[in-house]
Amino acid sequence: MIMLEKRPQPSRGWIFATPVVAVLMTMFFGALLFAALGQDPLVTIRTIFLDPLFSEFAWFYRPQLLIKGAPLVLIAIGLSFGFRAGIWNIGAEGQYIVGAICGAAVGLAFYPMESFIIFPLMIIAGAIGGLMWAMIPGVLRVRFGTNEILVSLMLVYVAEQLLASMALGALRNPDGMGFPGSRNLSQYDSAANLEIIAGSGMHWGVVTAFIAVILAYIALSRHIFGFNVRLSGQSPRAARFAGVNPGKLILICMGISGALAGLAGLFEVAGPAGQISIDFNVGYGFTAIIVAFLGRLHPVGILLAGGLMALTYIGGEIAQSNLGLPIAAIQILQGMLLFFLLAVDVLTNYRIKFGRERTA
Amino acid sequence: MDLSSINPILLLASLMVAATPIMLAAIGELVVERAGVLNLGVEGMTITGAVCGFVVAVATSSPWLGFLGAAIGGAVLSLIFGILTQLFLSNQVATGLALTLFGLGLSALMGQGYIGIKAPEFPDWYIPLLGDIPVIGPIVFQHDPMVYVGLAIVAGVWAFLKYSRAGLILRAVGENHEAAHALGYHVVRVRMLAIMFGGACAGLGGAYLSLVRVPQWTEGMTAGAGWIALAIVVFASWRPGRLLLGAYLFGGVTVLQLNLQAAGAAIGVEYLSMAPYLATIAVLVIMRAGRAPGSLGQSFHASR
Repeated sequence: MIMLEKRPQPSRGWIFATPVVAVLMTMFFGALLFAALGQDPLVTIRTIFLDPLFSEFAWFYRPQLLIKGAPLVLIAIGLSFGFRAGIWNIGAEGQYIVGAICGAAVGLAFYPMESFIIFPLMIIAGAIGGLMWAMIPGVLRVRFGTNEILVSLMLVYVAEQLLASMALGALRNPDGMGFPGSRNLSQYDSAANLEIIAGSGMHWGVVTAFIAVILAYIALSRHIFGFNVRLSGQSPRAARFAGVNPGKLILICMGISGALAGLAGLFEVAGPAGQISIDFNVGYGFTAIIVAFLGRLHPVGILLAGGLMALTYIGGEIAQSNLGLPIAAIQILQGMLLFFLLAVDVLTNYRIKFGRERTA
Repeated sequence: MDLSSINPILLLASLMVAATPIMLAAIGELVVERAGVLNLGVEGMTITGAVCGFVVAVATSSPWLGFLGAAIGGAVLSLIFGILTQLFLSNQVATGLALTLFGLGLSALMGQGYIGIKAPEFPDWYIPLLGDIPVIGPIVFQHDPMVYVGLAIVAGVWAFLKYSRAGLILRAVGENHEAAHALGYHVVRVRMLAIMFGGACAGLGGAYLSLVRVPQWTEGMTAGAGWIALAIVVFASWRPGRLLLGAYLFGGVTVLQLNLQAAGAAIGVEYLSMAPYLATIAVLVIMRAGRAPGSLGQSFHASR
């Protein structure tokens, strides 16, 4: 008989080991999945996890790692505050879209004027856009007790429709021969989120992501705010006795995650994506949830997890073009990773005991 | 805009059809939540049901077998959630989200060869006598069989929870799992069964979309139906009767906005398409939800 026994303290060893074990298990079962799809499992795993870093075309893929990783890390850092405190903002995808729309709208409003002030204004607009979109579920939760999970998610679908309407209407490129989509911001110097060092993939969003990691680390481990967040997650009652205002905490956590998601959207629309188009969003807001958990809701962990997730995106694209692997298989792989992580996590809090239970 | 082009009888009739997938998914989740488990993977199970149902129905050219396949597919997927949350004691919110992400990927992979194919015909029933009643006949009694199966499931769940001993045990497990455990009930077993029932119902709802409502397979075709079902459970205060009301209310908004689109309303198509989601938010805000089951969302570990 296999029994679980609660540990008095979460195991420190397993906290670090679970993500690694989960990744290895995902690779193994992923290989089985690829074999079932008629692929050579070892070649596929190598293509996804190693080729982006070490193949002869790695010079092309390595910058992609930063470009794909930055939005994931930015969004996941924001989400981690709320997740720690038991506030579930799962509508980051919507906040990402609205941030991109607001930021792009500011940039396009100035077109074709050239000024150094335009890009900073766009950044502010992007952050405010995401923040405001996240405030809707936040305020409704505080004011009416509405479930923030459902409201934030509903707003993703609303944001997607808003995006379509902007791409087809208000923000459509007037010189675009009637095609949907806005002007290309990456070709408009004052609004472009260009690479800081050419060919490195290092754009302003990547810099912001690194800064966010550092600030989040300080806030969580060295500041009273981080303490309140952790306390509220572990014991809401104790937090209230300690003088934490739950409503304020909800608004702050939602605000941080919304603003960071909005920033991620702005940096994407002004750089790698270039324009507001109907299919602008590719699910970073949802993948960031996996990144946040895989990184153990810890800033440094999230940085590593974001890199790994970006790797699977790039590797997935390589596997799609070279091996004909359906891109949906990568989505399954990412979902599987979260499953295994959650399953292995039991070892952090519980000890496995073999043998019969003795009755006292 | 030409409002006279909207036929109220047709509108109400299509309302029943539009409400059915949400109703099916929601009644399953209602049972799961009454057992004290919060499964946020409804969207993933719904879309997996949609693709399973479609694949089976095309292969066998029988919609009935398709629905059976969808129920099995949804239940199998929900089993992953059950094992993780009940045996591995994982966080239910996170696991539910994982199930949705996984289900979206899985369905996209399974449905690859099926895009653009038409589902086998699923003819409407014409109920004699009742179907002949003017106005009410075409609204209520001239639909495909699944509309009535859905209503029967809701009625069955209502009776099960209210009158049966098993229903009482399920509610006890959901209200206070420690007490139910102390009385000798198998908390984990009850919850596993509830989770699988929820998965099967969500699968049926998905298959209704891909086999009847659309009827085609496209990636991401559920478009949040599973999430709306979750919202309707909260709106319904975990009571089957009010769930019916919520599903029809939502069906009404969906059908109305589609009709307004067709009638050429002055509002943009995109803004009309937002209506169901905005209506869901509005309903969540306005309706004070009743008391949730006492143990909802908590992991159970029999330490004593």
